[in-house]
Amino acid sequence: MSAPGGQGGAGGSRPALEVAQAVRAGEVSARDVLEQALEQIAGRDGELRCFNAVTATAARAAAEAVDGRVARGEDPGPLAGVPVALKDNLCTRTAPTTCSSRILEGWVPPYDATVVTRLAAAGAVVVGKTNMDEFAMGSSTEHSAFGPTRNPWDLTRVPGGSSGGSAAAVAAGLVPVALGSDTGGSIRQPAALCGVVGVKPTYGVVSRFGLVAFASSLDQVGPLAATVEDAAAVLEVVGGHDELDSTSLPLPAPRLREVLAEGVGGMRVGVLSDMLADASPGCAAAVRAAAEALTAAGARVEEVSVPELLHGLSAYYVVAPAEASSNLARYDGVRYGLRVEGEDVETMNARTRAAGFGPEVKRRIMLGTYALSAGYYEAYYGRAQKVRAVVAEAFARAYLGAEVLLAPTSPSVAFPLGEKTADPLEMYLADLYTIPSNLAGHPAMSVPFALGEGGLPVGVQVLAPALGEREMFRVGAVLEAAADPKARAPLAAGARA
Amino acid sequence: MSGWEVVVGLEVHAELSTATKLFCGCPNRFGAEPNTLVCPVCLGLPGSLPVLNRRAVELAMRIGKALHCDIRPSRFHRKNYFYPDMPKDYQISQYDEPVNVGGYLDLPGGRRIGIERAHLEEDTGKTTHLGGGGRIHGAERALVDYNRAGVPLVEIVSRPDIRGAEEARAYVAELRDVLVATGVSDGRMEEGSLRVDANVSVRREGTGELGTRCEVKNLNSLRSLGRAIEHEAARQVALLEAGGEVVQETRHWNEDEGRTSSMRSKEESHDYRYFAEPDLVALVPDEQLLEAAGAGMPLLPAERRLRLAELLAPRGGDVPAGAADQIVTVVSLGLDDLVVAAAAAGADVRLALARAANEAARAPEAARGLDPAAFAALVRMEAAGRLSATQSKSVLSELIEHGGDPAEVAGRLGFEGLGDDALEAAVEAVVAAHPEEWDRFVGGEEKLAQFLLGQVMRSTGGRADGKAVAALLAKRRQGAPAEPGSRR
Repeated sequence: MSAPGGQGGAGGSRPALEVAQAVRAGEVSARDVLEQALEQIAGRDGELRCFNAVTATAARAAAEAVDGRVARGEDPGPLAGVPVALKDNLCTRTAPTTCSSRILEGWVPPYDATVVTRLAAAGAVVVGKTNMDEFAMGSSTEHSAFGPTRNPWDLTRVPGGSSGGSAAAVAAGLVPVALGSDTGGSIRQPAALCGVVGVKPTYGVVSRFGLVAFASSLDQVGPLAATVEDAAAVLEVVGGHDELDSTSLPLPAPRLREVLAEGVGGMRVGVLSDMLADASPGCAAAVRAAAEALTAAGARVEEVSVPELLHGLSAYYVVAPAEASSNLARYDGVRYGLRVEGEDVETMNARTRAAGFGPEVKRRIMLGTYALSAGYYEAYYGRAQKVRAVVAEAFARAYLGAEVLLAPTSPSVAFPLGEKTADPLEMYLADLYTIPSNLAGHPAMSVPFALGEGGLPVGVQVLAPALGEREMFRVGAVLEAAADPKARAPLAAGARA
Repeated sequence: MSGWEVVVGLEVHAELSTATKLFCGCPNRFGAEPNTLVCPVCLGLPGSLPVLNRRAVELAMRIGKALHCDIRPSRFHRKNYFYPDMPKDYQISQYDEPVNVGGYLDLPGGRRIGIERAHLEEDTGKTTHLGGGGRIHGAERALVDYNRAGVPLVEIVSRPDIRGAEEARAYVAELRDVLVATGVSDGRMEEGSLRVDANVSVRREGTGELGTRCEVKNLNSLRSLGRAIEHEAARQVALLEAGGEVVQETRHWNEDEGRTSSMRSKEESHDYRYFAEPDLVALVPDEQLLEAAGAGMPLLPAERRLRLAELLAPRGGDVPAGAADQIVTVVSLGLDDLVVAAAAAGADVRLALARAANEAARAPEAARGLDPAAFAALVRMEAAGRLSATQSKSVLSELIEHGGDPAEVAGRLGFEGLGDDALEAAVEAVVAAHPEEWDRFVGGEEKLAQFLLGQVMRSTGGRADGKAVAALLAKRRQGAPAEPGSRR
């Protein structure tokens, strides 16, 4: 298997910060960078299907505005001219926001998500909206109403999900960075399966305003990037308090790039042994190799057993569907999106929802509705909340002896298209190792580290306690430096070229 | 209905008088063009998030203070059900952790009604059904106006302490007065800013247990509230007396037909699938909030009634008969400050109350603008006999309408009060002219007092003050020799 990616040059296969530096210095125009990115997308996206929409017109206007600022000697922002792809559940005035669902097909929000506004203010140029599992429910991007995205490493395999379009777009070098959302692993798992960096920040670090909700207490927006430094730069831009989101923490964005060179000397790292047992040999081996690399870099690494974390999965599949059943109630055909007429309002509601939602979304709405029903609430939702508390306590104990934890991101490398679609429970297991961080509201990131089964990339997951982003990124940077360069997309292609 | 007790618990929804909605910056205003006061948040557009309006929290806590509630840390829940006028298809409301718990409201009649809770929630939009007689079923089209969606509401839930239609009306009227007085709500039932649902049950007198209740909806005025409770109680009594059973259900009041009809049974009632609203954080009543909630808290109607009662009957004595109702009237019309000012200026409290409750009450709005000093002076003139009751009332209505100085107005109207000498002379003249009647009066025939008084009034052309004349007659009789047949 060969790493995907473009042919080098100034397009998506250059790190975002290099692009920004060149644009800021006037060495290359934002417009030229954009055109190259659009060309790459035009060339590759027919087969990859990363994008639901490419917003060339708005992107050209944004790029020209950046070039104007450079020409006038104004500060064009830290991400000047960097092409960015947005998961299609982030609201944009300039393009439909569909969540890859028929029910929102063609709906153009009258406002931008806070993260979109912040990216634009930093000079980034949004090039389009990326494919995803419908309403972010899935781990393969096969549950998109518009068809699956393919893994650039192997077109017969899934890119992971639900932010599969964003991960594949970065992996293929179509854009250097993208935003995704992570409710149970939806940034980290596709990042791992596509050989890119994916970060789920602490809950409340990035505003959810304008992120179409799946499970509000778990959802968090974060970056997917080719490099740890690019991911840090994007998080620095989109993070920080937002008064439009009541759950946003009253803190500025974390300062991350300044710690990337600090190393991990003396840092205590715990390897979650329970998560190695069921992982594929290639995935488990990558974690062990990562642990050795950290030891070599001066960290004190120990295996720790925190079996409670694995109970997170069942709690997640109660809490997330319960919140989703409420969050998705508004798609009723009354105000926006799809409407299928009926003789009365109830019939119109029912027909609209029957036609507009795909089977996985319906399954989770039913699960969640059931879990919240009178007579079942305590047995399901109430109990799941208790398990959630148990997971948080287990993490707290583990962090008494370690600053960060290490685990596989995914139990396996990218699986073939169609392999798990018939068996929802098998698909749900793909998020076994990522879900605990969402339940606890903690940050976690996936760093491409090695090649596993079939020569496909394997990501190693770095977990940290709430607001532990700086320690997490220090570890991420060390792992990146120690990683098998062949496991990283798309720069590996450029490096070998 | 005899032998039965009607038990009522009321749920009152009051729209708060905030400048903006509960979770967004849209104006909170009645009567605008449909769907002009909306934004992504109150339309529940995908990706939008609620941000709690601090002023609404202050006003909710202000209600809690006015109703003597325990103000607690609280949180919001989602109440899930599909309805086209609810943009998110769930309502953000408080559930098992409301901001205000416990409390009471004292009614003018002296009864104390318990308050279960008073919690914050968002209002829904408004649906208009076209065709099919305006009812949901059979309607051809439904039009929805979301201007009201997200307007802050406080739902005030009473204990089932209310006994009957009359008391229910008194409770709502009193609650409305409290809400208006505290500036929390404009209390306009006709605009829907105050809405009432009634839980009605009946039980045999002397029974302790509550009967099965029905919730009656669509009560748009105090009149509907009273009628609906009477009707619903009578329906339940008839059912029970015929050996039937009351079924717990929600019933719709039809004002035109004057009856309630079943809307949905307990089995058909929604399962609201409440769960904690993950988009909002817990609400903790900090010092700043509580201070703002209580800032400039006016005297409440019950306190104002007490203030008048204490003026009338200091040291906890009984309020004179007839005065209690006048106190209620004067306080509910906001005329009590006049009476208090008159009392402070040394005027007769009983007389001031009567003039406020009867004459001033006819034009309460204008009367509230009356100069308290002028009102006090008028009452003093009347009490001193310088104006008759009739004259005093005329002067008062003139003062209410145009303002001015009462002595000057009395002069302009020709009410030159008789001086004490002139009055005495008039009395002497009448006694002299009617010696036989005078003797009988002195001998104890009280009805002759009316005759003599009438003669004085006639001889003075009505300018004499009746009370002053009566007092003079009484004084003269005391001084007269007691032997029959004596002459002066």
